[in-house]
Amino acid sequence: MNLTYFLFFICIIVCTLIITYWAAKRSTTTNRFYTTAGSLTGFQNGMAIAGDFISAASFLGIVGTIAINGYDGFLYSIGFLVSYLVVLFLIAEPVHHLGKYSLGDVVCSRFPGIEMRWMMAIGTFMISIFYMIPQLVASGFLLRLLLDIDYSISVAVIGGLMTVYVVFGGMVATSWVQIVKTIVLMSGTFLLSLIVFSHFNWSMTDFMQRVQEGTPLGEQFFQPGHLFGNPLEFLSLQLALVLGTAGLPHILIRLFTVRNSLEVRRSLMSATWIIGLFYIMTLVLGLGTVAILGYHTLIGADATGNLAAPLLAREVGGDFLLAFISAIAFTTIVAVVAGLVISATTAFSHDIYHHILKKGKSTEKEQLVAARWTALGIGLISTLFALRLETINVTFLVSMTFVVAASSIFPVLLLTIYWKRFNKIGAITGMLSGLLASVTLLLLGPNIMNVDGGWIQREAVIPLYNPGIIAIPLGFLGAMIGTLAARKEKKDNAEFREFFKRAQTGSGRESA
Amino acid sequence: MSAQHDYAEDLRDKKVDYEAVEQSSQFKRFLDNKKKFIVPFTVFFLIFYFTLPVLTSYTTFLNTPVFGDISWVWIFAFAQFVMVWVLCTIYVRKAASFDKKAQKIINEQINKGGRT
Repeated sequence: MNLTYFLFFICIIVCTLIITYWAAKRSTTTNRFYTTAGSLTGFQNGMAIAGDFISAASFLGIVGTIAINGYDGFLYSIGFLVSYLVVLFLIAEPVHHLGKYSLGDVVCSRFPGIEMRWMMAIGTFMISIFYMIPQLVASGFLLRLLLDIDYSISVAVIGGLMTVYVVFGGMVATSWVQIVKTIVLMSGTFLLSLIVFSHFNWSMTDFMQRVQEGTPLGEQFFQPGHLFGNPLEFLSLQLALVLGTAGLPHILIRLFTVRNSLEVRRSLMSATWIIGLFYIMTLVLGLGTVAILGYHTLIGADATGNLAAPLLAREVGGDFLLAFISAIAFTTIVAVVAGLVISATTAFSHDIYHHILKKGKSTEKEQLVAARWTALGIGLISTLFALRLETINVTFLVSMTFVVAASSIFPVLLLTIYWKRFNKIGAITGMLSGLLASVTLLLLGPNIMNVDGGWIQREAVIPLYNPGIIAIPLGFLGAMIGTLAARKEKKDNAEFREFFKRAQTGSGRESA
Repeated sequence: MSAQHDYAEDLRDKKVDYEAVEQSSQFKRFLDNKKKFIVPFTVFFLIFYFTLPVLTSYTTFLNTPVFGDISWVWIFAFAQFVMVWVLCTIYVRKAASFDKKAQKIINEQINKGGRT
């Protein structure tokens, strides 16, 4: 590793640790630790949401996918973007009105009880951990590829940093690390996009001409149909992408970090602008890679295409720009995994420890201590897992997250907020059927059961890599059947009235 | 008032007569307006979103060029971005007016115990 790289990395690490030190002094109450006590502005939270959402897989993966598959790679990002409309129109404000720290709070404000809290805590915990481990594994590979650092050292450094941020700085540090990441990521990709355009003297015709020459697909590069052979598979993926975000706990708990519903809307408005502009820039970078480097150089360096953006940076800006883009990728990873640590921590220390084990009676100080120890435990255990799981199929766990979120947490949240007849039994069966259906279908699918190279070397029972199109309806169906099978209690209806009023108007929310 | 508000207790103590709030024409109008806004827009953006993958998967007529090398698939893809930003803006504007009405209901009815 030469001096340029070293300086960039030290700079990032020192900056984020200063943020953490500053945040640690402000994380003295549970309210601040879990939600920054609602102190962020809408725009700050929007940047943090983007920082929480855009993973290194998006940044490097989508650029590579566009470079290899052309148009179809771009379709991927549209699903991620439109998913924010689902969050904004249907989920965001009610979640903000109803919850305090966790999604468990949201659902339990309508269906109080230990069973319900267990379900929400387990769902949140599972989704956050299963998303975090592949991110850590991918980061280990990434840093090895970029900087020639040993896999275990990279994982240990990133795992250590995310743990330090959350243990000492809680949500305050996490938010600001994510904000810094968004600023660095957006300015870096913007700079790189400008350099790409300048390479063609700002002529779109030249640019497109060179893209066609650079790819073996020729003119076909600009047409759909290269990435997804099976239309059903493609639609299933798009369904999971568009509904998945509205069930991702680490994104939804960010809605508690602002003061009121106006700021919630501003958060999502800023987030969609940032994320949308980011995906347009990834398109430029993907096309730029093909035009400037060519398909064969890219595939020659790494068959997955994940190195597209770094290689492009080196080609147009030498070692310095490559060091800068690598530092951005590094920041991207730590910001996302820190968001996942805090979301898993909240599910454990707030829902399980405070509400279930201590029956909601632990003191402020005990809660804060529990939260910090939980964050430490989660950070260490996930890092250890990531160190051991070097050979795990990363894409499987990432696609799993969206499918599981869209078929368990999303249906339960949606029905809790809007369906009058919905009851506790339905919410529990909904979570269970969504979790079981999505996990089982993924296990029976070609990610695991594959004739060539699967864990189980047999023909897959379910031929879909993304079983969202089956699992999501099963989640809703489970919730509805459970509801209708349970004896109708008159009380439910009366309670829904009050609940509904609060969901819709925000009455009775603790003003932070 | 804590965020873990016990509504059942409210109901027993008759602190707030939520039923009266719900039956009030003010609240009904509020919900109606909200529903009339959210439902059509949600249906619209879901259909708009799924039309693109359905058309690119099962038909090829979007592949025809519009001007130069740019074909309909690209126009439609960028239209999705525009749609997201436009709908966001519309929602944020509209919701500000809902906020005012909600605040009015809270002030006039819920805080007074629903006895209007």
